[in-house]
Amino acid sequence: MKRPEVPKLKVGTEKLKKGFAKMQKGGVVMDVTTAEQAKIAEDSGAVAVMALERVPADIRADGGVARMADLSIIQEIMDTVSIPVMAKARIGHFTEAQTLEFLGVDMVDESEVLTPADPFYHIDKHKFTIPFVCGCRNLGEAVRRIWEGAAMMRTKGEAGTGNIVEAVRHQRMVTTMTRKLGELDKNEMHNLTEEYSNSYKKSTEILTGRKVDDSTIVFEEYTYEQIKQGIFEVLEEIKKIQRFPVVNFAAGGIATPADAAMMMQMGSDGVFVGSGIFKSQNPRERAKAIVEAVTHYDEPAIIAKVSKNLGDAMDGIEIETIPPEQRLQERGW
Amino acid sequence: MVNGLSIGVIGIQGAISEHVTTIKNALKKTNTPGNVFVIRHKEKIKEIDALVLPGGESTTISRVLYKTGLHDTILERITEENLPTMGTCAGCILLAKEIIDTAKDVKLLKTMDMQVERNAFGRQKESFEQNIQIKGFAMPYNAVFIRAPAIIKVWGKCRVLAEIDEKIVMVRQENILALSFHPELTDDLRVHEYFLKMIKETKN
Repeated sequence: MKRPEVPKLKVGTEKLKKGFAKMQKGGVVMDVTTAEQAKIAEDSGAVAVMALERVPADIRADGGVARMADLSIIQEIMDTVSIPVMAKARIGHFTEAQTLEFLGVDMVDESEVLTPADPFYHIDKHKFTIPFVCGCRNLGEAVRRIWEGAAMMRTKGEAGTGNIVEAVRHQRMVTTMTRKLGELDKNEMHNLTEEYSNSYKKSTEILTGRKVDDSTIVFEEYTYEQIKQGIFEVLEEIKKIQRFPVVNFAAGGIATPADAAMMMQMGSDGVFVGSGIFKSQNPRERAKAIVEAVTHYDEPAIIAKVSKNLGDAMDGIEIETIPPEQRLQERGW
Repeated sequence: MVNGLSIGVIGIQGAISEHVTTIKNALKKTNTPGNVFVIRHKEKIKEIDALVLPGGESTTISRVLYKTGLHDTILERITEENLPTMGTCAGCILLAKEIIDTAKDVKLLKTMDMQVERNAFGRQKESFEQNIQIKGFAMPYNAVFIRAPAIIKVWGKCRVLAEIDEKIVMVRQENILALSFHPELTDDLRVHEYFLKMIKETKN
């Protein structure tokens, strides 16, 4: 057979990473802790599963340090389902991320649900072949993560609470600020760039005890000036297209079909459901209902139909009852 | 046809807006009057001149297609009216008559004489971009493969348009086009232009 001349293939490109995230759009990614749960998620129409040792509600209840899951659990889940498998690494823990990449997970969630490993920096995600998803509470966090190479964003919400209020807050913060970008002139854009780049500068100043100038290397191999340039470019793009240049999902506190549909109506490209499914009375039915609600997010008749006879949702927690230092969304910067 | 072509993109899950944008760009570039619609209800299928089944998760998409009755409506228009159809990635899987897979949950439309394998090139870390030769295209095409399926074999009326090593990645069977890669993720409009040409040929 005559073979066409083909050049060497390229892997791990930005197009492939962001493209993978695009294939998740309009879908539900479900947290699972066993192969059995993963199968239920797949059968219910999940686009992907997040393989974990404990769901956020249990991590919250147990306390202590939460780390990357035991790899045997992740491997078993990968062997069981044919949909993509994601897994969480601690904020800044690039070795956990390398390990997950080696294992072959399809996407790493650099997640505030786990205990942060680096008090100064997030992972330089450009150094990886597999794509990353990161959480954000506002535009500044999102822009930094996108500049660091995140191929997908999600709201942080307040994971493990079954309370949607923080996810809504974060989505509104992002939407409002994105719209506001459209009104900013060049000078204001530069000021905002300075503000959003500041956390890299601050970390380096704490570490070195010296003032940072534009030529100082402040993160991996990047100077402060290069970072500001990069942040500016991300902001300019968001200003122009009036949305993130990467896929944006809702996460943190989604417990019902209506919760999921509301986040979609607010502009999310899809949803992550953590504790909401397997901490509810009837996971199989709830999982299916949430998938349908995401597909038909703007059709109340369908949301109404799937919201019947689901049994109890997970127990919810009022955010005010959680001491600020125990709020997961405060992790990361 | 008074107002030009009506092209529907199945809007259940995956790279929907990317296909809409790319089709619009291809219509504009080729000076073809037409509109693009996102379809989530079977009633809409009757109103279109051509259909795109986008990439996403084949298990998720096939489940909803089946549940909403879209599956049967699409099948009816393809088999009875030769509705021009393009399937990319997950869409390519759904068009096949046979699948090598463990996931029994994918309900195929079974309209093309081919056998497909899901995730045939591996997981996301093995996803790749590569220049491929497509029959009838003068220049190579940069194809984006994301956890892509492959077409293992074809028979009957199914013609091979592109392959990588022993794996077939693009085929045509009369009015149906199937690709295991993502033409909607690149600025190169040639695949969508090819599809438009196919639609026009059917119309005449």
